[in-house]
Amino acid sequence: MSKAPVLEVKDIHIEFPTRRGVLKAVDGVSFSIAPGEVLGVVGESGAGKSLTGAAIIGLLEPPGRVASGEILLEGKRIDNLPYEEMRKIRGRQIGAIFQDPLTSLNPLYTVGRQLTETILTHLEMSREQALERAIKLLEEVGIPAARERIEHYPHQFSGGMRQRVVIALALAAEPKVIIADEPTTALDVSIQAQIITLLKRLCRDHGTAVMLVTHDMGVIAETADRVAVMYAGRVAEIGPVSEVIHNPQHPYTMGLMGSIPEFDTHRERLIQIDGAMPRLDSIPQGCAFNPRCTQVFDRCKTERPELLVAGNTRAACWLHAK
Amino acid sequence: MSAFVTLNNVSKTFDVSAPWLNRVIERKPPSYLQAVSDVSFDIRKGETLALVGESGCGKSTVARLIVGLYQPTKGMITVDGKDMRLVDQTGESSQALRRKVQMIFQDPYASLNPRWRVSDIVAEPIRTHKLLTDNAAIDKRVAELLGYVKLTAKDGEKFPHQFSGGQRQRISIARALASNPEFLICDEPTSALDVSVQAQVLNLMKDLQREMGLTYLFISHNLQVVHHISDRVGVMYLGRIVEIGDKKQVFGDPQHPYTRMLLDAIPDLKMTGKARTPVAGEVPNPLNPPTGCAFNPRCPKKFGPCDKDRPQLIAFKDREVACHAAV
Repeated sequence: MSKAPVLEVKDIHIEFPTRRGVLKAVDGVSFSIAPGEVLGVVGESGAGKSLTGAAIIGLLEPPGRVASGEILLEGKRIDNLPYEEMRKIRGRQIGAIFQDPLTSLNPLYTVGRQLTETILTHLEMSREQALERAIKLLEEVGIPAARERIEHYPHQFSGGMRQRVVIALALAAEPKVIIADEPTTALDVSIQAQIITLLKRLCRDHGTAVMLVTHDMGVIAETADRVAVMYAGRVAEIGPVSEVIHNPQHPYTMGLMGSIPEFDTHRERLIQIDGAMPRLDSIPQGCAFNPRCTQVFDRCKTERPELLVAGNTRAACWLHAK
Repeated sequence: MSAFVTLNNVSKTFDVSAPWLNRVIERKPPSYLQAVSDVSFDIRKGETLALVGESGCGKSTVARLIVGLYQPTKGMITVDGKDMRLVDQTGESSQALRRKVQMIFQDPYASLNPRWRVSDIVAEPIRTHKLLTDNAAIDKRVAELLGYVKLTAKDGEKFPHQFSGGQRQRISIARALASNPEFLICDEPTSALDVSVQAQVLNLMKDLQREMGLTYLFISHNLQVVHHISDRVGVMYLGRIVEIGDKKQVFGDPQHPYTRMLLDAIPDLKMTGKARTPVAGEVPNPLNPPTGCAFNPRCPKKFGPCDKDRPQLIAFKDREVACHAAV
């Protein structure tokens, strides 16, 4: 990639201290996102994908903490900033879109008030200018009759329209990075397509880097440029979307792709990965996937694989060791 | 084969009026929500019928009507020739009917009692229906049921919170199978699960159907899942069935514009980077549905009669479809 990455995550570890010892939820994850690029992060529940997103915007719920590693925004570390400093970055430089649009909007304020408040916090503007900008934002995200609807409360919007408001809020201060955590999961397929198209267009127009966290491979396939597949707190495979989807190198990615029902293949049975992801307190030695892997061999049970070059992607799997 | 489950012009209306005092003071008329309107279909023994549609289209209400959790406002539902209204009565034949029809719910975190051990959860239908009375025999049966869903007899001693989402959904399936049912209603059984776990549950459901000759009504909004599991598909929109037929016909050559729209909206793994056709507009408010065909404000093929006459389900190209433009 020629452009300097806008966001870099370097070997980040997220831990939860508990009475029965420290649980490692994210264990050495690294990636970077270039301006205008969409990085998809997929994985099953509990793989650590949302936690990684939360760590980037500095919203890890205590007792969760970043134990080691660095998060860099345009080359500057942001993971060790004091709370007030981070507050200025959040919203201004890094926007966030969460899964449930109803809980990410304040039900007691009108949409317009929430938007202007965000704009005024981050940008030097008069109240009138902020209101005009709010209306323009709502128009940009495709809300009809924005001038009237700005007076409405969140409950007066449908789910898809609410998610558009949330996107408008995330874009309010023209951030450089957007963390979108399952932005379409709560929506119907037909509305999902509208939101995806919108998100894609806005990122292209504004040159915003997006980290798209989802468990839906379909959403990744049409939105992301690159994809990171996470398993048990680590990146199992990372590479360009089409490579990872059509030519997966890690046995976990292969299983994941095979378990998605598709239209044109008439399989009697889906490929299934037996077992379940390990609990955080019992992550197996060696490769975390080894008890479920169909191609496991001795080395997998003792040594943990790092990301190795595999075809056109990189996969954390000993099968690709030279 | 003859029909095992029959719905005949079933409608369900909910009273969503404001409280009486508000109505009097504010002079508001009572309001009713027509959740399901004139739905008719048959399910043959041993087959899987899937209902698909967006949220609020009434598919879950149909499930609840069939299982007897709601009573239809109009129309009749029969299962194996028995009127489903029987389930609200006492007596041997209604008990037998309830035994035959079981349900699997969407959220495996909410549908299992957290204070009960898994063995008690699975044994409950056996005890309720007095299928077995001897405790040793019940234990043996519970172990057998847990075996069907690929859990061990030892798992019966644990509590639901000790299991993952997929395992819990398998416990729900074991419980549903406990009363030797013939008909299972599955309301979004895999929507709360990850894809790899979803594959495990779908494979299991297919295996069980083949081994036990079960009949399924499968409710889902995920068209790929429906395509994988079902024999026939019904597409619902705003409380009505707009297209119903063999899955190969409905998915391969959709006739209703709404079915086509849903199919176009599916993310395609093969076309990386290519945008899918977004569906225009949203589902109208069911309290105030459009006149004529409910789909007309979003329909690309709308013409003359669409906003005046409501199209009826008509047999057309090996399926039934309710559309003026198609027929």
